[in-house]
Amino acid sequence: MKKEDKREERSPMEDFLRMDRIPHIWCPGCGIGTVVTSFTEALKKNKVDLDNIAVVSGIGCTGRVAGYVKMDSFHTTHGRPIPFATGLKLANPEMKVVVFSGDGDIMGIGGNHFIHAARRNMDILVICVNNFNYAMTGGQVAATTPIKANASTAPYGNFEFPFSLPYMAEASGATYVARWTALHLRRVTKSIQEALNKKGFSFIEVITPCVTLYARRNRLGDGLNLLRYYYDNSEIKHGADTKTIDIEYQGKLIVGKFVDKEKPTFLDAMNKHLSSVLGDDYVLYGRLNNDDRD
Amino acid sequence: MKKVKADPKGVLTGSHYLDGDYAIAEGGLAAGCRFFGGYPITPSTETAERFSERIPKVGGVFIQMEDELASIISLIGAVWGGKKAMTVTSGPGFSLMMENIGLACMMEIPLVIANVQRGGPSTGLPTLTGQQDMMQVRWGSHGDYAIIALSPDSPQECFDLTIEAFNLSETYRVPTFVMTDECVGHMHEKVVIPPADEIDIVERKWYSGPKDKYLPYKNDKDGIPFMVKAGDGYRFHTTGLTHDEKGYPVINAECQDVCVRHLVDKINNNADKIIKIEEEETDDAEIIVISYGITSRVAYRAVQKARKAGIKVGRLRLITCWPFPEKRIHQLAKNIKAFVVPEINLGQMVREVERTTAGQTKVFHVPHCGGWVHNPEDIFNVIKEAAK
Repeated sequence: MKKEDKREERSPMEDFLRMDRIPHIWCPGCGIGTVVTSFTEALKKNKVDLDNIAVVSGIGCTGRVAGYVKMDSFHTTHGRPIPFATGLKLANPEMKVVVFSGDGDIMGIGGNHFIHAARRNMDILVICVNNFNYAMTGGQVAATTPIKANASTAPYGNFEFPFSLPYMAEASGATYVARWTALHLRRVTKSIQEALNKKGFSFIEVITPCVTLYARRNRLGDGLNLLRYYYDNSEIKHGADTKTIDIEYQGKLIVGKFVDKEKPTFLDAMNKHLSSVLGDDYVLYGRLNNDDRD
Repeated sequence: MKKVKADPKGVLTGSHYLDGDYAIAEGGLAAGCRFFGGYPITPSTETAERFSERIPKVGGVFIQMEDELASIISLIGAVWGGKKAMTVTSGPGFSLMMENIGLACMMEIPLVIANVQRGGPSTGLPTLTGQQDMMQVRWGSHGDYAIIALSPDSPQECFDLTIEAFNLSETYRVPTFVMTDECVGHMHEKVVIPPADEIDIVERKWYSGPKDKYLPYKNDKDGIPFMVKAGDGYRFHTTGLTHDEKGYPVINAECQDVCVRHLVDKINNNADKIIKIEEEETDDAEIIVISYGITSRVAYRAVQKARKAGIKVGRLRLITCWPFPEKRIHQLAKNIKAFVVPEINLGQMVREVERTTAGQTKVFHVPHCGGWVHNPEDIFNVIKEAAK
């Protein structure tokens, strides 16, 4: 075969992923990769400048996302991607900063940072992959594990009340809140697109299968079985009251976009307030009006 | 290392009456710090308060984070965003910062942390002094690493050494600590802030080569890798995991050896350039008093009294505590009767003195549990005993 006849095979993900780090570490049937695909799809559709977006992850299976995306990407410590992202965003307000991490990282060990970043309306997007357990360490019980579900540190089943992540996000002040499952890929993409275009603290929960641990320990079958469960039990209810969308073990999953409202971001509020109080003494920080974000 | 003059915006030139905490804030602003992430804790809070008042007027940002875990890691994010960043804390807050001090070491982040020490352990003595975090600053995060720690003995030095700390942190890409204490932090004295064009500032070691050739952890000739700013198109990756030159995780013993040795070697190999000590009458001394921070001022009185009593006493003040000036102390140990080491703890830096003395001479410790400084008489009595 002549050299010019040889067609170079190119992955459609090549612009977005560090191909020199592929294959990734995620298990067959895991949902994290599909969320990453939705994310890259949203970047493509929104024509996001890949020089101007950062991904910050914590520790855990989803924490590895930062290692695979080909953009400025930071793999930080357990629970701390949100305050890291806060510093990054404030230092460089023109960047889009996305936190991509798991439920244990964001709502377990990092819960305090989550509520405060939402309270301040820090202009970041948090994508939380919720697989109902601590998967990287072997399937321990999490702040999201439904009651009765089995975990390696809840061998007789979980009896602790779990967090409802969208309720927590809304109550803390998030301006965009959505929940989907790994089955709703196009919806996840659309939500990420919307959130990327939105100023303020945006939160997207994506419920994903953990085949190796959560599903195996609970005898729920493989990835396909879990997708089937999502298919049979998901109900799209945009604008649902987040008080009413708790997740019960193998129960109904209320998904949709629950919150989409406007509120000044931390930097907008800071600039507005300090300019009004300090007048000419105040040096405006970043761009006051960055409405041309998309 | 590229030196520039300080940005006049942040420099409050003039003669002031400031406490150590405020002087730290002014030092940071003069050094170009434009991001402060903090959390209130006695006796360090005044530094944060001063920043919150001053930084909006010089084009920076102050944020009070939700805890010290958040404040330290917000700095790391801000440094990758291109800012110079610092925070301040004390005992319990310092303990909370330890994990992400490790991340800053691993990611090789230039940033400054001031610790206005108070008596510990635990909540201990929030309003009273101590020098009990001197080993924690060196070893407090898990794993092997090295840092730089300076110890000011006056508000003026709080100002000067905070600038120095920024310069060292940028030169070696390492977290650098200003280890002061409640006494110096709350002591009001004259602080002279020079004009901006008399303050030398070390610029970040920015990379300027082709974008696709950037390797975040490839050492330059001086052993220190170049930095870039997020958002400038390098699309780099960095991690707290053991990593190669690309910043990619590599989980094996060979990469660990290269990665971790580098973190320690870049400080150890440059120790002579980093270390600053102050010596007085050490040439023909029989006894040398080694001290740092507030204790060096208290010890001075004991030294004066001992000299009047006819004892040949020299003084050595650690301005740099870490890396420890082991060469000089080893050398001095050869010709003297004893070292006397007063410090406000039950035995921390004295261990380094003993280690580097290596049995050549006696070492007398003058401990104090914290809550107040030594009575100079107690130090004098130990000098007397050592001189026997």
